Amino acid sequence: MQTLLFLILFPILVACLLLFVKRTTLRYAVVALSALAIGGASIYLLMRYALEGAVYFAAPSETVSLAMVAIEMGLALFIIYMGAKFRNYPAIALAVIQAALVVYLEATFSGSLHAVNNLFIDQFSIIMALIIGIIGSLIAVYAVRYMETYHHHHPEVRNRQKMFFFVIFVFLAAMFGLVFSNNLMWVFFFWEITTITSFLLIGYSETEEATNNAFRALVMNLLGGVAFVVALIILAATEATSGGIDLARVLASSDAAIILLPAALIGFAGITKAALMPFSSWLLGAMVAPTPVSALLHSSTMVKAGVYILVRFSPVFAGTLAGFSIGLVGAVTFVVASAIAISQNNAKLVLAYSTIANLGLIAACAGVGTYMLVWAAILLIIFHAVAKALLFLGTGAIEHRIGSRDIEDMEGLIVRMPRMAVMMFIGIAGMFLAPFGMLISKWAAIEAFVQVQAPFGLIFIALLAYGSAITVFFWAKWMGKLVAVTRNQERVEKGFFEESWGPLYIITGLVIAAVLLFPVISSILIEPYVLAIYGVTALMAQANVAIMLLMMALLLILPVSFLLFRRSAKRLPAYMGGRPATPDLHFAGSLGLTREAQTRNYYLAEYFGEAKLFLPGAVVCTVLILASWVLAGVAL
Amino acid sequence: MAFLKRSPWILHYDASSCNGCDIEVLACLTPLYDVERFGIINTGNPKHADILLITGGINAQNREVVENIYEQIPEPKVVVAVGACAATGGVFRECYNIVGGIDKVIPVDVYVPGCAARPEQIIDGVVTALSILEEKRAKMTGAARIKEDARHAEQAGEST
Amino acid sequence: MTWTWLIGAVLFLVLAPVVGGLIAGVDRKITARMQGRVGPPLLQPFYDVGKLFEKESVVVTTAQNFYVLAYLIFIALSGALFFAGGDLLLIIFAFTLAHVFLVLGAYAVHSPYSHIGAERELIQLMAYEPMIILAAVGLYMITNSFYVADIAVTTIPAILYLPGVFLGFATILTIKLRKSPFDISTSHHAHQEIVKGITTEFSGSTLAQVEIAHWYENVFLLGFVYLFFAWNPVIGIIAVVVTYLAEIFIDNVTARVRWQAALKSGWFAAVIGIVNLAILAYILGYMMTGGA
Ligand code: SF4
Repeated sequence: MQTLLFLILFPILVACLLLFVKRTTLRYAVVALSALAIGGASIYLLMRYALEGAVYFAAPSETVSLAMVAIEMGLALFIIYMGAKFRNYPAIALAVIQAALVVYLEATFSGSLHAVNNLFIDQFSIIMALIIGIIGSLIAVYAVRYMETYHHHHPEVRNRQKMFFFVIFVFLAAMFGLVFSNNLMWVFFFWEITTITSFLLIGYSETEEATNNAFRALVMNLLGGVAFVVALIILAATEATSGGIDLARVLASSDAAIILLPAALIGFAGITKAALMPFSSWLLGAMVAPTPVSALLHSSTMVKAGVYILVRFSPVFAGTLAGFSIGLVGAVTFVVASAIAISQNNAKLVLAYSTIANLGLIAACAGVGTYMLVWAAILLIIFHAVAKALLFLGTGAIEHRIGSRDIEDMEGLIVRMPRMAVMMFIGIAGMFLAPFGMLISKWAAIEAFVQVQAPFGLIFIALLAYGSAITVFFWAKWMGKLVAVTRNQERVEKGFFEESWGPLYIITGLVIAAVLLFPVISSILIEPYVLAIYGVTALMAQANVAIMLLMMALLLILPVSFLLFRRSAKRLPAYMGGRPATPDLHFAGSLGLTREAQTRNYYLAEYFGEAKLFLPGAVVCTVLILASWVLAGVAL
Repeated sequence: MAFLKRSPWILHYDASSCNGCDIEVLACLTPLYDVERFGIINTGNPKHADILLITGGINAQNREVVENIYEQIPEPKVVVAVGACAATGGVFRECYNIVGGIDKVIPVDVYVPGCAARPEQIIDGVVTALSILEEKRAKMTGAARIKEDARHAEQAGEST
Repeated sequence: MTWTWLIGAVLFLVLAPVVGGLIAGVDRKITARMQGRVGPPLLQPFYDVGKLFEKESVVVTTAQNFYVLAYLIFIALSGALFFAGGDLLLIIFAFTLAHVFLVLGAYAVHSPYSHIGAERELIQLMAYEPMIILAAVGLYMITNSFYVADIAVTTIPAILYLPGVFLGFATILTIKLRKSPFDISTSHHAHQEIVKGITTEFSGSTLAQVEIAHWYENVFLLGFVYLFFAWNPVIGIIAVVVTYLAEIFIDNVTARVRWQAALKSGWFAAVIGIVNLAILAYILGYMMTGGA
């Protein structure tokens, strides 16, 4: 239990310490050391508890719970203050409603607000802790230098780095708390903290756009928060059969009908936090924040909290119509968000849409909730976290050096920033190519959906089939831009901070390691978890695993073939319709002018544009969410 | 092995032909003459071509284009000049913008006479070009082998 | 017994280029006859590839050789997995990986024509991917296995249950075989608006590798067609032949369409597949409840 408490409390300690650190070098030292400690502790957690299954800890309750309620009230006041300051009334209204509901809950059901064990750890929590502890803290390390240059590039932004790093570490602490809590009141408390911290981080630059987007994120997440409290009230009111606010008891509850409605509401909270449609806009708006924030929100924190809770509750959803509706929200989001990603040329927006899409896929697995799908969902969480963190940090580094986050401007990155390009290449491959992670999960998901009860399974498969085709398109064309060998361009790789390369290398290594180690990860962490819950477990056929590893080995060896091609071949410029041309695509045009040919990717905005697809997608998803409530209510 | 002879891919370029010869070149592809019998394909891409088949003479505008296309064809390659224009400038040779025959710019291996050249003659020209192509190939592999041997000898010299 | 899979894989790796080349030769012969020509010798495709290996190696960038080699290797690998009786989904994903390498090769050379070819190839990829996944799912629904080894020995006439899926698959087969009307990224026909599209900058031995990969691919795809008729090998082989002849016929009577039409056709084919699967799911469900 000490490790758990350490992971929750230590980041808070560091956060407070960072409030007083002014010099970048010193901050770097503090952040790097604490990242080491946090990462180390999460690995220790893995070694200590991996083989033990679920372990519960009583942990102090009364005083801590009281303190939490007090802090919640304080946060509500803070939101009301900020809402008043920036005239954002929906935020005020939601904060008031939420506070009122919490008070009502505390006042009316104080007797049933008790969990036997407040903390727990099982394999799923360990996985989450590893993601938060390793990826999250690496991003923090990267952020130190990044923020320094950020302020260099943006002198107009007020330098609030002390507050920035304070919030980041509180964020990490809250994430740890979230995945370790067995008391749903505690989960809710940490849930709200992540809402507030992301609000603060998104609004960091204090421009009008940033503030608006921060409030949009806040309002949407508060909406989910309200649903969460309502769920808690229902659970508390039906404590006898539902198990109250004790997560383990709720999940083990024999009365499936009664916990379905609160589960659907918590699922809704998960949907808002995971930025599924129609709530995707907050995550897109969050792009205004400095890049490390995006990396953090997308890979290891925030949205992962949303899918974490969905996957936790997926045994409850399994086989219910409400669960199918939630799953369909995810599947539709997957297809629509992927399709919109085709039309985007802003690298960060492509990443954002792809995050939304992948969260959709995870939600689809969680909502349907068969054992194989839960297995696939957890794998998706892992692989997505690693690859996405790499891509965001990479994009940030590229933006610093070439001054643009437009994919078209990344043309020829392999020449200009070879190391960076290779890492981006690996990251992108990790998102959609065999034998990398995401693809393994997609594959498992298809195999699993085939076995799902007739009409539903097929709908999911159809959506998945289209979605994954679309995914290939938008990733591959980005990859193509990176590998284009352009001429006469200087290398600009130097000049990016040496310190920031470290986290990038480590995460790149993790993307590859995740593939090589995936059988191990699966067998010691995911399979036991699934086994404990469903009594059966999914696993991949040995032969297929061997083939995947073979493919990976081939991919690692193939670059050696470059040596073969080094010699002899004659070089000619590209064919330009017979016009004499230089290797950098300048050709002799008419009237004796030299012109430049440029290549641009297809964005097919006419077919896949945001304007065209967002509204229908949002409408369908809203209807499905409402359907999930109705269906859960009917089951009651 | 001499596969080259059995699979000559042609790039057809119209320099400043009156289109008479071009029509005859295309006639070779029709069922009546069907040059694909010899494995001949009319490819539109110099990087895939073995034979550059040009109709019409060089003019001031296309001079560099012809040079460029020729440059882009990988070795071994041959050039076939089809028609009187391609050989000498033909009826256009007195024009203000005509430089002359193809051989003013790039080396020509086979001249096909006629105005317009007849399909039979064109095919005959191409078939003649094949043996030249084969010669060049043999020379090329020979040269490569000599170079390779020299390299090995050098390495052997270094290692001893 | 446990080693039979290896035999299939090795046989494929060794024989597929031969078979694929012969198929290409027959294809060109029949095409010529359809156009009233004599056509090239049967072995012409081998002469072509042999010739390409004789040519000097010319590159725009050395990286292109790497991507094309990777393309060839992964196409061969996915075909070998198929004939080893492996998991269809895994095979499809390896197949996609291979094509992504080809596309990257075309991007790497940074040439306008191959760039457009690469974009179009990706559109093709996007067009056929849903249907090919659904085809695998359809075969699973009939045989309860994703393994080619199991599907190939089934006694159920899959085609009778999956006519729509087969129709959809035949549509995307046209895309995959690079035949008109869907040969939008490159084709064997002369003079095109984008020169040779994706292969424009590949020459000599690199182009030969693309060609060999295409042979591997064709054999693999025809193997996939066979799975629909696997319950009776004779009918199966006849069906494969008829399908291929039909593709040649379509190639000769249609003209290239725009990418929009190709994408819509591919996705519409998948819709047909889905409808077929939905009806099938209904029937299977009915049979199950009827039996119980
Ligand atoms: S040779 Fe005669 S037919 Fe041929 S291009 Fe010249 S003028 Fe025309």
